[in-house]
Amino acid sequence: MISCSGVGKRYPGGLTALADVSCEIAAGEMVFVTGHSGAGKSTLVKLFAAIERPTAGSIVVNGQNLAALRPAALPYLRRNFGLVFQDQKLLFDRNALENVLLPLAIVGTPPAEATRRAQAALDKVGLLDRAKANPIALSGGEQQRLAIARAVVNRPAILLADEPTANLDTASAAGILDIFRAFHQVGVTVIIATHDPQWSGQPDTRVLHLAQGRVSA
Amino acid sequence: MKAWLTLHANALRDALRRLAATPLNTVLALFVIGIALTLPAAGWLLVENVQQAARSAASTQQISLFMALNADKAALADIESRLNQAAPGRWRFVPRDEALQRLQGNSGMAEIVASLPRNPLPEAFVVEPAETAPAALEALAKTFAGWPKVAHVQLDSAWAKRFDALLRIGRLAVLLLGAVFAAALVAVTFNTIRLQILAQGAEIELARLIGATDAWIRRPFTYFGALQGGLGGLLAAGLVTLGAHLLAAPVNELAALYGGSFILSGLGARAVAFITGAGALLGWLGAQISVAIHLRRLN
Ligand SMILES: Nc1ncnc2c1ncn2[C@@H]1O[C@H](COP(=O)(O)OP(=O)(O)O)[C@@H](O)[C@H]1O
Ligand SMILES: [Mg+2]
Repeated sequence: MISCSGVGKRYPGGLTALADVSCEIAAGEMVFVTGHSGAGKSTLVKLFAAIERPTAGSIVVNGQNLAALRPAALPYLRRNFGLVFQDQKLLFDRNALENVLLPLAIVGTPPAEATRRAQAALDKVGLLDRAKANPIALSGGEQQRLAIARAVVNRPAILLADEPTANLDTASAAGILDIFRAFHQVGVTVIIATHDPQWSGQPDTRVLHLAQGRVSA
Repeated sequence: MKAWLTLHANALRDALRRLAATPLNTVLALFVIGIALTLPAAGWLLVENVQQAARSAASTQQISLFMALNADKAALADIESRLNQAAPGRWRFVPRDEALQRLQGNSGMAEIVASLPRNPLPEAFVVEPAETAPAALEALAKTFAGWPKVAHVQLDSAWAKRFDALLRIGRLAVLLLGAVFAAALVAVTFNTIRLQILAQGAEIELARLIGATDAWIRRPFTYFGALQGGLGGLLAAGLVTLGAHLLAAPVNELAALYGGSFILSGLGARAVAFITGAGALLGWLGAQISVAIHLRRLN
């Protein structure tokens, strides 16, 4: 599903976030990208979704070499992913349901079907009764679940989450993880970047540990 | 196909919602655009009406052909047959005797005419061409002047030419006015869209990250611009129609005083469609430019 070889990322200003990362993530896998803060987890996740460009090496997603991607094809590549951002990027000028409707509007889902699917996504993360609430009125855990609902509403092949359990209490974090597990079980490829060692090493999952800009086994 | 329709319907709905979300802004913007389009539209209507009036006044345009004094019967017959071809049924022969009699009937001229040893007037033809455009009259007069034994051709179209030139200036002025206000409309839309893009920065950034195409991001803004411009155009057409309606009675009265029966014509359906379409097009253009510039900056 995703393969990278010799990937390096040097940010303008000379800072090398990733030196030489090679990895292979198969379809249907659940992978934790771990490492201490600043190890380059977010960077790697952004490279996968072509939000950042590597300064060395190559990344292939779904058989598409990202380096050879035309700008016009970029939106369609991004639609392979359900993205849960570290800063969530919820929109506070609309309610929870309307937040989840955005990805459907982007691909032109007819209104009735879009509403039905958005409600189903909210239901999956246990937020259906909060559909009309503004995200600002939701708790941290609820906001995170809303971000997940928005990420999965288009049934992406790859669910890509950056620190989805940061700043959450243990119970909320466990709930979030259960949601990801449920998607993994129905065949979605799940990639979670986390600095929290507590969540890595679960059964039926794999860990990509980043240190010094490389994958350390 | 269904997705495509949904995408466009969504964009239109989004644009309408934005118009309705800030009613005061919308009303103010529509007034600015409406008034900007009212001035050239009213100017255009004025020029059209003046031209109409001039056409009806100039409909009795005449060309006089004065024959040489030595023109004989054969020469006159020749001209007659030529006129039958050039302006069948629209010409009249004025014998020199008839012309002299008419001159005698003219008070003050009678004595002078009586003192003349012989009739100094030439035989003449008066033509009332069907085509009264100054250029056509001019051409016809030139043709007549080239015929044998025609001594002089008189065309009283100088005033028509001057008037035509004046109308051309008027039309040019309306065009310039239109261009200036069109630029204003584009600028107003540009700024409205700029503010909207700034306000929607978070949504635009997010939409990009989760797979929105540039066209998707642009669409609601361009719809908004076109919609606002079109509505402004409709408002302008309404204002001009109202103005023409208010002016109709006094203008007709004025025309009646001069013995005419001039009717002030308002904007036709085509003109209304044109003004609305122009407003929509200019709004669309302003939105396009604004979106192109400001979205590149957000990249
Ligand atoms: N946009 C950026 N510009 C410059 N440096 C960056 C940028 N993003 C991340 N970095 C740097 O790259 C390194 C890796 O960052 P990141 O991928 O966010 O690590 P992690 O997510 O593992 O904490 C850090 O030292 C960070 O300061
Ligand atoms: Mg990070």
